[in-house]
Amino acid sequence: MTPVSSSLRRGPAGGPRPQDGARHSRQRPRRRWRQRLTPWLFLLVPLALLITFSYVPIINMIVYSFTDWDGVSPDYTFTGLENYVEIFTRPELFRVFVASAYYLGAAVLQIVLALYFATVLSFNTRFRNLFKGILFFPYLINGVAIGFVFLYFFQEGGTFDTVLRLFGIGGEHLWLGDPDLVNYSLAGVSVWRYMGLNFVLFLGAIQSIAPELYEAAELDGANRWQQFRFIIVPSLRPLIGLTAILAISGCLSVFEIPYIMTGGAGASETFVIQTIKLAFRFNKTGLASAAAVVLLVIILLVAWVQRRIVPEERVTS
Amino acid sequence: MRRLALTGLALAVTAALAAACGGSGRSTAPATAASDPSKVSGEITVLTNRTDLVNDGTMKKYAGEFAKVYPGVQVKFEAITDYEGEVKIRMNTENYGDVLLIPNNIAKGDYPKFFAPLGSAADLSQKYKFIQSGTVNDQVYGIVSFASANGFVYNKDLWAKAGVTDWPKTPEEFLAGLKAVKDKTGATPLYTNYKDGWPLSNWTNGNGSVTCDVKAESAMATEDPWAPGKDLNVVDSLLFNAVQQQLTEKDPTTTNWEDSKKFIATGKIGAMWLGSWAIPQMQAAATTAGQSPDSIAFMPFPSQAGGSFCSVLNPDYQYAVNSHSPNKAAARAWLDWFVDKSGFSATNQGVSPVKSDPLPSALKPYSDAGVKLIELETDQRILVDNIDKESEVGIKSPDYRQKLIDVARGAAKGDLNSVLADLSARWKAGQQAAA
Repeated sequence: MTPVSSSLRRGPAGGPRPQDGARHSRQRPRRRWRQRLTPWLFLLVPLALLITFSYVPIINMIVYSFTDWDGVSPDYTFTGLENYVEIFTRPELFRVFVASAYYLGAAVLQIVLALYFATVLSFNTRFRNLFKGILFFPYLINGVAIGFVFLYFFQEGGTFDTVLRLFGIGGEHLWLGDPDLVNYSLAGVSVWRYMGLNFVLFLGAIQSIAPELYEAAELDGANRWQQFRFIIVPSLRPLIGLTAILAISGCLSVFEIPYIMTGGAGASETFVIQTIKLAFRFNKTGLASAAAVVLLVIILLVAWVQRRIVPEERVTS
Repeated sequence: MRRLALTGLALAVTAALAAACGGSGRSTAPATAASDPSKVSGEITVLTNRTDLVNDGTMKKYAGEFAKVYPGVQVKFEAITDYEGEVKIRMNTENYGDVLLIPNNIAKGDYPKFFAPLGSAADLSQKYKFIQSGTVNDQVYGIVSFASANGFVYNKDLWAKAGVTDWPKTPEEFLAGLKAVKDKTGATPLYTNYKDGWPLSNWTNGNGSVTCDVKAESAMATEDPWAPGKDLNVVDSLLFNAVQQQLTEKDPTTTNWEDSKKFIATGKIGAMWLGSWAIPQMQAAATTAGQSPDSIAFMPFPSQAGGSFCSVLNPDYQYAVNSHSPNKAAARAWLDWFVDKSGFSATNQGVSPVKSDPLPSALKPYSDAGVKLIELETDQRILVDNIDKESEVGIKSPDYRQKLIDVARGAAKGDLNSVLADLSARWKAGQQAAA
């Protein structure tokens, strides 16, 4: 706060200083008003962006969810709760959450792997930085490119099959064509892509732990596992909680990888792909908006329940 | 810093004002042709899905030709890769070009809300074919760019190697032909292009080809299109059986449209169900691969009604004029010139909408063999669109055929009868909801 007010005081310094007390007191409320306004001026641009690109669309979406809008026509009528009634009376619309279960399993694997690599690479390992780069790299690649690369990777007799054959696992698998395999393949791609992000978050947190703690632990004869168990995990707990929330909301709203790779064909359709199809294939934008609102509510609910179970730890100084 | 913030504020306010002022009323003024070309002027923007033709300068050449007749008009092109998705969203504003192709998922009943009327159906039908598909309440809003005949694009040499030289006359003969191709040449006899999806939705254009019935589409408004003997039943059964007998690609989920052109040209694929517009593309692929373009041929759907084959002429995109365009006369001039004079439909091996134009060369075997080219009645299209939407079947979407193929190759539960029965039931529910 101080730098702001001092810069304000510097403003009138160039002009003639106020001479008499009456003038001085008249200026005071004005300056306070200005002082109160200053932080808002700084917030103006980010707030404008936030409102234009987040809140206005969300409000629009909620409004559309009560209409029969087809997404193009300039006219639409309000239909009340009809869309919501339709969503909850069509159980097949929720069957697609089965696919999300695969991604949830993958998310657990992803967090465990990220934690493992972050721990190993935070100690003195050979080629540490190289491995860090390799692990984080997939996160930097554009999702569309990843979709196309893995489309070739998973082709029958493609790269993956060839690699497996080197290890003596023969046969051609329909990695994307077999309904029993497709979700494992897609979830695998998602682990490959997003593990790097979790890894970097964990690594940062681990490196912020004071080195004296390890030193003291080593003096006391703690081995690496004990250091991990009693130093690293407790200090990472808030971060693991946050990652878990992000993972669950991510699993419920999986989109780009299955959409690019299979278009939701076979058994790989997710809730978001289904919503997109409702909106753009069948021109039921009203119904699709209602589905999107339902998804939003589900995710908020999950986050809330999770926060209840794992309460946020406040920093006490 | 504060100045920056104020600039931001000013920008935000300007943006808000610009957005608020955009909403002027819809104009219903018709786009009429001018009698004197030299008096038409203005700058127009033409939206097109043909990114290839804009990038290689072909469109610019057309614009150059056009400028010789209409010197006062400047034509700008905007090529859009995801034409359907992008233009549909842009149509929520007023800024969707001056001349555009009507996106497929715009319901016909909404045409008057977006496009300028081009004239009465009675007048325009004297000169043009396929006028019905762009007509709402006797006013024409869109003129078909060209129509494609439907059929199987096939590799003639490959089929000859398999011992099939005559066009199969029934679905059974066709399947036997595919089997011969598989057994004798080892090629993939039929390619579905499952992954890209849109080639699957083309199978709906077989509607009408089986029974040679011009009312095949209108009948969908009241009848069950998947009842035994109906066109879509025959078409979808053929596709199902081909997949079930393993006469299609082994992993349909990793197909690739661009590669499929190369494969059919080099004899790795036997046939694909497409419109005649695909023939020049496949022939070009054959030339690139060092093969003779003559090996690419076209055969009608294996079914005869009254002793002859039938093929439905399927109108491609329609050209329309944006009803908000400030230069409607110039826009109409371009539209008329492009349809009548440019020769665009002939280069695409399409059937020109202009009545006096000859059939394209790719369809010569069709006319030689006496294949009847029919045009479906579209008087019930608004209702059929509505039923399709309500039922969520998606006759113009690939989803239900992807499901059909999944069932046929054993990747989903069910059999042919259960799939067709499910479609019938959903369609019937859609009919009730739309009524």
